[in-house]
Amino acid sequence: MNSKSYSLFLKDLKSELRTRYAINALAMFIIVAISVIMFSVGQEKISPGLTGGLFWVVIFFTAMSGLSRAFVSEEERGTTLALQLVASPTTVFSGKLIFNIILVFAMNTVIAVLYSALFNEFIIRNFLLFLTSFVFGNIGLAISSTIIAAIIAKAGAKGTLYPVLSFPILLPLILASVQLTLFAIDGISFESAKFELAIVVSYDVIMLTASYMLFDFIWKE
Amino acid sequence: MIWKIFLFLLLAFVSVAGISFPIVENPTKWYEFPLIPGLEENAKIIFFHVPTAWLTVIAFLMSTLYSFKYLRKKNLDDDLKSYASAQLGMIFCILATITGSVWAKFAWGSFWNWDPRETSIFALLLIYGAWFALRSSIESEEKRATLSAVYSMIAFVTVPFFIFIMPRIMTGLHPGSADDSNAGPVVNFKMNGNMLLIFFLSLIGFTILYFWMWRIGYKSILLKDKLDKKLIRG
Repeated sequence: MNSKSYSLFLKDLKSELRTRYAINALAMFIIVAISVIMFSVGQEKISPGLTGGLFWVVIFFTAMSGLSRAFVSEEERGTTLALQLVASPTTVFSGKLIFNIILVFAMNTVIAVLYSALFNEFIIRNFLLFLTSFVFGNIGLAISSTIIAAIIAKAGAKGTLYPVLSFPILLPLILASVQLTLFAIDGISFESAKFELAIVVSYDVIMLTASYMLFDFIWKE
Repeated sequence: MIWKIFLFLLLAFVSVAGISFPIVENPTKWYEFPLIPGLEENAKIIFFHVPTAWLTVIAFLMSTLYSFKYLRKKNLDDDLKSYASAQLGMIFCILATITGSVWAKFAWGSFWNWDPRETSIFALLLIYGAWFALRSSIESEEKRATLSAVYSMIAFVTVPFFIFIMPRIMTGLHPGSADDSNAGPVVNFKMNGNMLLIFFLSLIGFTILYFWMWRIGYKSILLKDKLDKKLIRG
Protein backbone atom coordinates (compact mmCIF):
# COMPACT_ATOMS: atom_id res chain seq x y z
CA MET A 1 0.00 0.00 0.00
CA ASN A 2 1.89 3.03 -1.20
CA SER A 3 1.67 5.91 -3.64
CA LYS A 4 2.50 3.54 -6.51
CA SER A 5 -0.58 1.43 -6.00
CA TYR A 6 -2.59 4.61 -5.69
CA SER A 7 -1.31 5.83 -9.06
CA LEU A 8 -2.08 2.40 -10.53
CA PHE A 9 -5.61 2.83 -9.22
CA LEU A 10 -5.81 6.30 -10.80
CA LYS A 11 -4.62 4.85 -14.10
CA ASP A 12 -7.36 2.20 -13.97
CA LEU A 13 -9.94 4.78 -13.04
CA LYS A 14 -8.91 7.06 -15.90
CA SER A 15 -8.96 4.32 -18.51
CA GLU A 16 -12.28 3.10 -17.14
CA LEU A 17 -13.78 6.58 -17.37
CA ARG A 18 -12.54 6.83 -20.95
CA THR A 19 -14.07 3.59 -22.19
CA ARG A 20 -16.73 3.12 -19.47
CA TYR A 21 -16.78 -0.56 -20.36
CA ALA A 22 -17.19 -2.02 -16.87
CA ILE A 23 -19.50 0.74 -15.66
CA ASN A 24 -21.83 0.38 -18.65
CA ALA A 25 -21.84 -3.41 -18.42
CA LEU A 26 -22.56 -3.32 -14.70
CA ALA A 27 -25.28 -0.69 -14.99
CA MET A 28 -27.06 -2.57 -17.75
CA PHE A 29 -26.71 -5.84 -15.93
CA ILE A 30 -28.27 -4.39 -12.77
CA ILE A 31 -31.27 -3.27 -14.79
CA VAL A 32 -31.53 -6.60 -16.60
CA ALA A 33 -31.25 -8.68 -13.43
CA ILE A 34 -33.75 -6.62 -11.45
CA SER A 35 -36.26 -6.52 -14.30
CA VAL A 36 -35.99 -10.30 -14.79
CA ILE A 37 -36.86 -10.73 -11.14
CA MET A 38 -39.69 -8.22 -11.37
CA PHE A 39 -41.16 -9.93 -14.45
CA SER A 40 -40.93 -13.37 -12.89
CA VAL A 41 -42.53 -12.14 -9.68
CA GLY A 42 -45.30 -10.40 -11.62
CA GLN A 43 -48.32 -9.72 -9.48
CA GLU A 44 -47.38 -12.30 -6.86
CA LYS A 45 -46.92 -11.19 -3.31
CA ILE A 46 -43.45 -12.23 -2.19
CA SER A 47 -42.30 -12.53 1.37
CA PRO A 48 -39.73 -10.08 2.81
CA GLY A 49 -37.37 -13.00 3.46
CA LEU A 50 -37.33 -13.92 -0.21
CA THR A 51 -36.46 -10.38 -1.27
CA GLY A 52 -33.38 -10.55 0.97
CA GLY A 53 -32.18 -13.66 -0.86
CA LEU A 54 -32.97 -12.27 -4.31
CA PHE A 55 -31.05 -9.11 -3.39
CA TRP A 56 -27.87 -11.20 -3.13
CA VAL A 57 -28.68 -13.06 -6.34
CA VAL A 58 -28.67 -9.72 -8.17
CA ILE A 59 -25.42 -8.70 -6.47
CA PHE A 60 -23.68 -11.98 -7.28
CA PHE A 61 -24.56 -12.05 -10.97
CA THR A 62 -23.84 -8.37 -11.46
CA ALA A 63 -20.44 -8.79 -9.84
CA MET A 64 -19.72 -11.74 -12.12
CA SER A 65 -20.51 -9.70 -15.21
CA GLY A 66 -18.13 -6.81 -14.63
CA LEU A 67 -15.45 -7.47 -12.05
CA SER A 68 -13.23 -9.74 -14.13
CA ARG A 69 -12.19 -6.69 -16.19
CA ALA A 70 -9.51 -5.68 -13.69
CA PHE A 71 -6.90 -8.11 -14.97
CA VAL A 72 -8.44 -9.28 -18.25
CA SER A 73 -8.12 -5.74 -19.66
CA GLU A 74 -4.37 -5.75 -18.98
CA GLU A 75 -3.97 -9.07 -20.79
CA GLU A 76 -6.06 -7.89 -23.73
CA ARG A 77 -4.08 -4.71 -24.17
CA GLY A 78 -0.82 -6.57 -23.67
CA THR A 79 0.24 -4.28 -20.85
CA THR A 80 0.92 -7.03 -18.32
CA LEU A 81 4.65 -7.15 -19.02
CA ALA A 82 4.99 -3.39 -18.64
CA LEU A 83 3.21 -3.55 -15.31
CA GLN A 84 5.46 -6.39 -14.20
CA LEU A 85 8.48 -4.22 -14.95
CA VAL A 86 7.38 -1.08 -13.13
CA ALA A 87 5.67 -2.46 -10.06
CA SER A 88 5.92 -5.28 -7.52
CA PRO A 89 3.10 -7.86 -7.40
CA THR A 90 1.85 -6.50 -4.07
CA THR A 91 1.55 -3.01 -5.52
CA VAL A 92 -0.34 -4.26 -8.57
CA PHE A 93 -2.74 -6.27 -6.45
CA SER A 94 -3.36 -3.34 -4.10
CA GLY A 95 -4.11 -1.01 -6.99
CA LYS A 96 -6.52 -3.44 -8.62
CA LEU A 97 -8.14 -4.23 -5.30
CA ILE A 98 -8.81 -0.56 -4.51
CA PHE A 99 -10.37 -0.14 -7.94
CA ASN A 100 -12.58 -3.21 -7.53
CA ILE A 101 -13.65 -2.22 -4.00
CA ILE A 102 -14.79 1.18 -5.29
CA LEU A 103 -16.56 -0.49 -8.22
CA VAL A 104 -18.31 -2.99 -5.94
CA PHE A 105 -19.43 -0.27 -3.53
CA ALA A 106 -20.80 1.88 -6.35
CA MET A 107 -22.55 -1.09 -7.94
CA ASN A 108 -24.08 -2.42 -4.74
CA THR A 109 -25.24 1.01 -3.58
CA VAL A 110 -27.09 1.43 -6.87
CA ILE A 111 -28.55 -2.06 -6.52
CA ALA A 112 -29.65 -1.40 -2.92
CA VAL A 113 -31.29 1.91 -3.79
CA LEU A 114 -33.04 0.59 -6.90
CA TYR A 115 -34.04 -2.58 -5.14
CA SER A 116 -35.62 -0.91 -2.13
CA ALA A 117 -37.41 1.53 -4.44
CA LEU A 118 -38.87 -1.23 -6.61
CA PHE A 119 -39.71 -3.90 -4.03
CA ASN A 120 -42.19 -2.77 -1.42
CA GLU A 121 -41.52 -5.86 0.68
CA PHE A 122 -37.82 -5.06 1.00
CA ILE A 123 -37.94 -3.10 4.26
CA ILE A 124 -34.86 -2.96 6.44
CA ARG A 125 -35.81 -2.74 10.11
CA ASN A 126 -32.30 -2.72 11.55
CA PHE A 127 -30.51 -0.37 9.22
CA LEU A 128 -27.21 -0.27 11.12
CA LEU A 129 -26.88 -4.05 10.95
CA PHE A 130 -27.65 -3.99 7.25
CA LEU A 131 -25.06 -1.29 6.64
CA THR A 132 -22.34 -3.14 8.57
CA SER A 133 -22.97 -6.42 6.80
CA PHE A 134 -23.21 -4.58 3.49
CA VAL A 135 -19.80 -2.94 3.97
CA PHE A 136 -17.99 -6.12 5.03
CA GLY A 137 -19.82 -8.21 2.46
CA ASN A 138 -18.77 -5.81 -0.30
CA ILE A 139 -15.14 -5.87 0.80
CA GLY A 140 -15.14 -9.67 0.80
CA LEU A 141 -16.80 -9.78 -2.60
CA ALA A 142 -14.19 -7.39 -4.00
CA ILE A 143 -11.23 -9.34 -2.57
CA SER A 144 -12.37 -12.75 -3.82
CA SER A 145 -13.42 -11.50 -7.23
CA THR A 146 -10.09 -9.69 -7.69
CA ILE A 147 -7.97 -12.77 -6.98
CA ILE A 148 -10.20 -14.99 -9.18
CA ALA A 149 -10.01 -12.32 -11.91
CA ALA A 150 -6.23 -12.59 -11.76
CA ILE A 151 -6.45 -16.38 -12.25
CA ILE A 152 -8.97 -16.00 -15.09
CA ALA A 153 -6.83 -13.45 -16.90
CA LYS A 154 -3.96 -15.94 -17.06
CA ALA A 155 -6.20 -18.85 -18.08
CA GLY A 156 -7.46 -19.14 -21.62
CA ALA A 157 -11.24 -19.02 -21.22
CA LYS A 158 -11.97 -15.55 -19.98
CA GLY A 159 -15.67 -14.89 -19.66
CA THR A 160 -17.35 -18.22 -19.08
CA LEU A 161 -15.14 -19.61 -16.36
CA TYR A 162 -15.34 -16.62 -14.04
CA PRO A 163 -18.68 -17.32 -12.31
CA VAL A 164 -17.86 -21.03 -12.16
CA LEU A 165 -14.62 -20.39 -10.30
CA SER A 166 -15.98 -17.61 -8.12
CA PHE A 167 -19.15 -19.25 -6.87
CA PRO A 168 -17.63 -21.88 -4.53
CA ILE A 169 -15.21 -19.28 -3.13
CA LEU A 170 -17.95 -16.72 -2.57
CA LEU A 171 -20.50 -19.22 -1.26
CA PRO A 172 -19.70 -18.91 2.48
CA LEU A 173 -19.74 -15.12 2.19
CA ILE A 174 -23.04 -15.15 0.32
CA LEU A 175 -24.65 -17.58 2.78
CA ALA A 176 -23.59 -15.43 5.74
CA SER A 177 -24.62 -12.19 4.01
CA VAL A 178 -28.04 -13.53 3.05
CA GLN A 179 -28.52 -14.56 6.66
CA LEU A 180 -27.46 -11.09 7.87
CA THR A 181 -29.79 -9.39 5.39
CA LEU A 182 -32.65 -11.55 6.67
CA PHE A 183 -31.75 -10.55 10.23
CA ALA A 184 -31.77 -6.88 9.22
CA ILE A 185 -35.18 -7.29 7.55
CA ASP A 186 -36.52 -8.99 10.67
CA GLY A 187 -35.05 -6.23 12.83
CA ILE A 188 -32.90 -8.53 14.93
CA SER A 189 -30.40 -6.85 17.27
CA PHE A 190 -26.65 -6.64 16.72
CA GLU A 191 -26.06 -8.89 19.68
CA SER A 192 -27.74 -11.94 18.17
CA ALA A 193 -26.20 -11.42 14.75
CA LYS A 194 -22.62 -11.15 15.91
CA PHE A 195 -21.73 -14.74 14.97
CA GLU A 196 -22.55 -14.13 11.29
CA LEU A 197 -20.82 -10.76 11.40
CA ALA A 198 -17.72 -12.44 12.82
CA ILE A 199 -17.82 -14.95 9.95
CA VAL A 200 -18.01 -12.20 7.34
CA VAL A 201 -15.21 -10.16 8.94
CA SER A 202 -12.91 -13.17 9.32
CA TYR A 203 -13.68 -14.20 5.74
CA ASP A 204 -12.47 -10.76 4.62
CA VAL A 205 -9.29 -10.97 6.68
CA ILE A 206 -8.41 -14.53 5.65
CA MET A 207 -9.14 -13.99 1.97
CA LEU A 208 -7.11 -10.78 1.99
CA THR A 209 -4.11 -12.55 3.53
CA ALA A 210 -4.39 -15.57 1.24
CA SER A 211 -4.74 -13.34 -1.82
CA TYR A 212 -1.64 -11.31 -1.02
CA MET A 213 0.33 -14.49 -0.38
CA LEU A 214 -0.82 -16.27 -3.55
CA PHE A 215 -0.89 -13.35 -5.97
CA ASP A 216 2.89 -13.54 -6.52
CA PHE A 217 2.52 -17.01 -8.03
CA ILE A 218 -0.25 -15.94 -10.40
CA TRP A 219 1.39 -12.71 -11.45
CA LYS A 220 4.78 -14.24 -12.27
CA GLU A 221 3.19 -16.93 -14.43
CA MET B 1 1.15 -59.18 -4.94
CA ILE B 2 0.50 -60.51 -1.44
CA TRP B 3 -1.08 -57.28 -0.23
CA LYS B 4 -3.32 -57.20 -3.30
CA ILE B 5 -4.70 -60.63 -2.35
CA PHE B 6 -5.00 -59.39 1.23
CA LEU B 7 -6.90 -56.31 0.04
CA PHE B 8 -9.19 -58.47 -2.11
CA LEU B 9 -9.98 -60.78 0.81
CA LEU B 10 -10.51 -57.85 3.17
CA LEU B 11 -12.90 -55.99 0.87
CA ALA B 12 -14.73 -59.19 -0.06
CA PHE B 13 -15.22 -60.00 3.62
CA VAL B 14 -16.39 -56.46 4.39
CA SER B 15 -18.86 -56.49 1.48
CA VAL B 16 -20.33 -59.88 2.38
CA ALA B 17 -20.43 -59.17 6.10
CA GLY B 18 -21.77 -55.65 5.70
CA ILE B 19 -24.63 -56.73 3.50
CA SER B 20 -25.58 -60.13 4.83
CA PHE B 21 -25.10 -60.07 8.62
CA PRO B 22 -28.55 -59.79 10.22
CA ILE B 23 -29.67 -56.95 12.45
CA VAL B 24 -31.41 -58.20 15.59
CA GLU B 25 -32.68 -56.57 18.73
CA ASN B 26 -30.42 -58.32 21.24
CA PRO B 27 -27.32 -59.60 19.49
CA THR B 28 -26.01 -62.82 21.02
CA LYS B 29 -24.01 -64.48 18.23
CA TRP B 30 -20.78 -63.00 16.89
CA TYR B 31 -22.23 -62.18 13.48
CA GLU B 32 -25.31 -60.25 14.63
CA PHE B 33 -25.56 -56.47 14.51
CA PRO B 34 -27.51 -54.50 17.11
CA LEU B 35 -30.67 -52.62 16.23
CA ILE B 36 -30.22 -48.84 16.24
CA PRO B 37 -33.57 -47.09 16.81
CA GLY B 38 -34.46 -44.79 13.94
CA LEU B 39 -32.06 -46.46 11.51
CA GLU B 40 -32.88 -50.22 11.54
CA GLU B 41 -31.74 -51.94 8.30
CA ASN B 42 -30.70 -48.58 6.87
CA ALA B 43 -27.76 -48.58 9.28
CA LYS B 44 -25.83 -51.00 7.05
CA ILE B 45 -24.93 -48.22 4.66
CA ILE B 46 -22.34 -47.11 7.20
CA PHE B 47 -19.94 -49.79 5.88
CA PHE B 48 -19.92 -48.34 2.37
CA HIS B 49 -21.09 -44.73 2.49
CA VAL B 50 -18.87 -43.53 5.30
CA PRO B 51 -15.65 -44.93 3.73
CA THR B 52 -16.40 -43.20 0.41
CA ALA B 53 -16.98 -39.89 2.23
CA TRP B 54 -13.79 -40.48 4.23
CA LEU B 55 -11.83 -41.14 1.03
CA THR B 56 -13.26 -38.00 -0.54
CA VAL B 57 -11.75 -36.00 2.30
CA ILE B 58 -8.43 -37.88 2.21
CA ALA B 59 -8.11 -37.60 -1.58
CA PHE B 60 -8.89 -33.88 -1.69
CA LEU B 61 -6.58 -33.22 1.27
CA MET B 62 -3.77 -35.08 -0.50
CA SER B 63 -4.49 -33.14 -3.66
CA THR B 64 -4.27 -29.83 -1.78
CA LEU B 65 -1.12 -30.97 0.00
CA TYR B 66 0.61 -31.77 -3.29
CA SER B 67 -0.61 -28.49 -4.79
CA PHE B 68 1.04 -26.73 -1.87
CA LYS B 69 4.19 -28.76 -2.44
CA TYR B 70 4.14 -27.80 -6.11
CA LEU B 71 3.95 -24.10 -5.28
CA ARG B 72 7.00 -24.46 -3.03
CA LYS B 73 9.22 -26.72 -5.15
CA LYS B 74 7.81 -26.19 -8.68
CA ASN B 75 8.18 -29.88 -9.43
CA LEU B 76 5.65 -30.99 -12.06
CA ASP B 77 5.46 -34.51 -10.56
CA ASP B 78 3.72 -33.02 -7.52
CA ASP B 79 1.13 -31.46 -9.79
CA LEU B 80 0.46 -34.81 -11.46
CA LYS B 81 0.08 -36.48 -8.06
CA SER B 82 -2.32 -33.75 -7.01
CA TYR B 83 -4.32 -34.21 -10.22
CA ALA B 84 -4.47 -38.01 -9.87
CA SER B 85 -5.65 -37.68 -6.29
CA ALA B 86 -8.29 -35.09 -7.15
CA GLN B 87 -9.65 -37.38 -9.88
CA LEU B 88 -10.12 -40.13 -7.31
CA GLY B 89 -11.57 -37.65 -4.86
CA MET B 90 -14.15 -36.63 -7.45
CA ILE B 91 -15.14 -40.26 -8.10
CA PHE B 92 -15.55 -40.97 -4.38
CA CYS B 93 -17.33 -37.65 -3.88
CA ILE B 94 -19.91 -38.59 -6.51
CA LEU B 95 -20.23 -42.09 -5.02
CA ALA B 96 -20.73 -40.66 -1.53
CA THR B 97 -23.33 -38.22 -2.84
CA ILE B 98 -25.27 -40.93 -4.69
CA THR B 99 -25.19 -43.52 -1.90
CA GLY B 100 -26.11 -40.87 0.65
CA SER B 101 -28.89 -39.56 -1.53
CA VAL B 102 -30.41 -43.01 -2.08
CA TRP B 103 -30.19 -43.64 1.65
CA ALA B 104 -31.82 -40.26 2.36
CA LYS B 105 -34.78 -41.24 0.17
CA PHE B 106 -35.52 -44.15 2.50
CA ALA B 107 -34.52 -42.55 5.79
CA TRP B 108 -35.75 -38.96 5.37
CA GLY B 109 -38.25 -39.28 2.54
CA SER B 110 -36.56 -37.32 -0.23
CA PHE B 111 -33.35 -37.52 -2.22
CA TRP B 112 -32.07 -34.11 -1.25
CA ASN B 113 -32.72 -32.15 1.94
CA TRP B 114 -29.94 -29.51 2.20
CA ASP B 115 -28.71 -31.01 5.42
CA PRO B 116 -25.33 -29.47 6.45
CA ARG B 117 -23.41 -32.53 5.26
CA GLU B 118 -25.25 -32.68 1.97
CA THR B 119 -24.47 -29.01 1.49
CA SER B 120 -20.79 -29.49 2.32
CA ILE B 121 -20.38 -32.33 -0.15
CA PHE B 122 -22.21 -30.20 -2.71
CA ALA B 123 -19.71 -27.40 -2.05
CA LEU B 124 -16.86 -29.88 -2.56
CA LEU B 125 -18.37 -30.99 -5.88
CA LEU B 126 -18.64 -27.36 -6.94
CA ILE B 127 -15.06 -26.52 -5.93
CA TYR B 128 -13.52 -29.48 -7.73
CA GLY B 129 -15.84 -29.15 -10.72
CA ALA B 130 -14.52 -25.60 -11.09
CA TRP B 131 -10.98 -26.84 -10.50
CA PHE B 132 -11.21 -29.37 -13.35
CA ALA B 133 -12.81 -26.74 -15.60
CA LEU B 134 -9.90 -24.40 -14.86
CA ARG B 135 -7.35 -27.11 -15.61
CA SER B 136 -8.91 -28.05 -18.91
CA SER B 137 -8.90 -24.42 -20.08
CA ILE B 138 -5.10 -24.00 -19.84
CA GLU B 139 -2.70 -25.46 -22.39
CA SER B 140 0.73 -24.86 -20.88
CA GLU B 141 1.72 -27.42 -18.24
CA GLU B 142 3.46 -25.07 -15.82
CA LYS B 143 0.76 -22.45 -16.04
CA ARG B 144 -1.92 -25.06 -15.46
CA ALA B 145 -0.07 -26.46 -12.47
CA THR B 146 0.48 -23.06 -10.85
CA LEU B 147 -2.97 -21.62 -11.42
CA SER B 148 -4.79 -24.76 -10.31
CA ALA B 149 -2.56 -25.00 -7.23
CA VAL B 150 -3.36 -21.39 -6.35
CA TYR B 151 -7.05 -22.04 -6.84
CA SER B 152 -7.04 -25.10 -4.63
CA MET B 153 -5.25 -23.09 -1.92
CA ILE B 154 -7.89 -20.36 -2.09
CA ALA B 155 -10.68 -22.93 -2.02
CA PHE B 156 -8.99 -24.66 0.91
CA VAL B 157 -9.08 -21.55 3.12
CA THR B 158 -12.81 -21.09 2.54
CA VAL B 159 -13.69 -24.61 3.74
CA PRO B 160 -13.64 -23.80 7.49
CA PHE B 161 -16.31 -21.14 6.93
CA PHE B 162 -18.71 -23.76 5.65
CA ILE B 163 -18.27 -25.70 8.87
CA PHE B 164 -19.20 -22.64 10.93
CA ILE B 165 -21.97 -21.13 8.83
CA MET B 166 -23.85 -24.29 7.87
CA PRO B 167 -25.26 -25.41 11.23
CA ARG B 168 -26.56 -21.86 11.74
CA ILE B 169 -28.58 -21.91 8.54
CA MET B 170 -29.89 -25.46 8.35
CA THR B 171 -30.73 -28.13 10.87
CA GLY B 172 -28.86 -31.41 10.89
CA LEU B 173 -30.69 -34.58 9.96
CA HIS B 174 -27.62 -36.68 9.39
CA PRO B 175 -26.78 -39.38 11.97
CA GLY B 176 -23.95 -38.07 14.12
CA SER B 177 -24.96 -34.41 13.76
CA ALA B 178 -24.61 -32.33 16.89
CA ASP B 179 -28.35 -31.75 17.19
CA ASP B 180 -29.44 -35.19 16.03
CA SER B 181 -31.79 -36.58 18.66
CA ASN B 182 -33.08 -39.93 17.41
CA ALA B 183 -30.08 -41.82 16.05
CA GLY B 184 -27.46 -40.07 18.16
CA PRO B 185 -23.74 -40.26 17.58
CA VAL B 186 -23.86 -43.67 15.92
CA VAL B 187 -20.19 -44.44 15.96
CA ASN B 188 -19.60 -43.84 19.64
CA PHE B 189 -22.42 -45.55 21.46
CA LYS B 190 -24.90 -47.57 19.48
CA MET B 191 -22.57 -49.80 17.52
CA ASN B 192 -21.42 -52.97 19.21
CA GLY B 193 -18.02 -54.62 18.90
CA ASN B 194 -18.46 -56.56 15.67
CA MET B 195 -20.17 -53.68 13.91
CA LEU B 196 -17.32 -51.35 14.89
CA LEU B 197 -14.77 -53.96 13.79
CA ILE B 198 -16.30 -54.36 10.34
CA PHE B 199 -16.70 -50.58 10.04
CA PHE B 200 -13.03 -49.97 10.77
CA LEU B 201 -11.94 -52.90 8.57
CA SER B 202 -13.95 -51.29 5.78
CA LEU B 203 -12.27 -47.94 6.40
CA ILE B 204 -8.82 -49.57 6.32
CA GLY B 205 -9.66 -51.56 3.19
CA PHE B 206 -10.96 -48.54 1.32
CA THR B 207 -7.97 -46.44 2.40
CA ILE B 208 -5.53 -49.04 1.01
CA LEU B 209 -7.64 -49.18 -2.13
CA TYR B 210 -7.33 -45.40 -2.47
CA PHE B 211 -3.55 -45.38 -2.19
CA TRP B 212 -3.31 -48.22 -4.71
CA MET B 213 -5.63 -46.46 -7.17
CA TRP B 214 -3.74 -43.23 -6.65
CA ARG B 215 -0.43 -44.88 -7.62
CA ILE B 216 -1.99 -46.44 -10.71
CA GLY B 217 -3.63 -43.14 -11.68
CA TYR B 218 -0.35 -41.26 -11.29
CA LYS B 219 1.57 -43.84 -13.34
CA SER B 220 -1.05 -43.83 -16.10
CA ILE B 221 -0.85 -40.04 -16.39
CA LEU B 222 2.94 -40.27 -16.62
CA LEU B 223 2.68 -42.90 -19.36
CA LYS B 224 0.13 -40.86 -21.25
CA ASP B 225 2.43 -37.82 -21.15
CA LYS B 226 5.34 -39.91 -22.42
CA LEU B 227 3.25 -41.30 -25.28
CA ASP B 228 2.00 -37.83 -26.20
CA LYS B 229 5.54 -36.51 -26.37
CA LYS B 230 6.64 -39.49 -28.50
CA LEU B 231 3.77 -38.92 -30.90
CA ILE B 232 4.58 -35.22 -31.24
CA ARG B 233 8.27 -35.92 -31.95
CA GLY B 234 7.25 -38.48 -34.54
